[in-house]
Amino acid sequence: MTDFLLAVVSWPLAIVGIVFLVSGAVGLVRLPDLYTRLHSASVTDTGATLVLGFVLILQALVVFGSFMAAIKLLMIVVFTLLTAPTASHVLAKTALLTGQVPVDGQGKPLLESSEAATRLARSRVDATDAEDA
Amino acid sequence: MTLYAVILIAVLVAMLMTLIRALLGPSLFDRVLAVNSLGTKTVLLIAATGFLMGRPEFLDIALAYALINFIGTVAILKFFELPDPGTSHYSEDDY
Repeated sequence: MTDFLLAVVSWPLAIVGIVFLVSGAVGLVRLPDLYTRLHSASVTDTGATLVLGFVLILQALVVFGSFMAAIKLLMIVVFTLLTAPTASHVLAKTALLTGQVPVDGQGKPLLESSEAATRLARSRVDATDAEDA
Repeated sequence: MTLYAVILIAVLVAMLMTLIRALLGPSLFDRVLAVNSLGTKTVLLIAATGFLMGRPEFLDIALAYALINFIGTVAILKFFELPDPGTSHYSEDDY
């Protein structure tokens, strides 16, 4: 009975996690520029880790009966949820600072030059820099 | 058992696609992004492998890998962001 209940909870969650995982990877290959790829990589980093981590925590508690493994998995999930968005933010900021210009769906640049991208990255979003942002 | 194997195969397929992006580039940041994403998937891979082999002790390695992955990404990006990464933070007018 416990096995059946565990399977009923685990399998749908695992499938949701796999959908996050694979759709993020497909986006990483298919999307047109760095900033859109960043977006799809974030789906994998947060969504898939959260859901698959929850599945594995459930398995650790019920199948292995190991409370320590569940704690470690929880630590992995929390660390990843904290660090993955930070890493994405640092990556986007650095890319903009070194002059990577975002493009739209047709490949048309959204900023006029890489100097404009650097200026945008350095501007604080406040009243004095409104024309940059 | 089957559950872990299915998760493992999905992670491997996703890693393969991420590796394609790391090889294609085209810019440095695409590669850094792909390597960072590959690291996150490796954490999942190690965790699922440990469960498949019946040894949840593998999670220690996964935990260390998650931390090193973040530190490595930030270190690489800091190296390319600042003109002299050893000495300076932003000066006031850089913002």
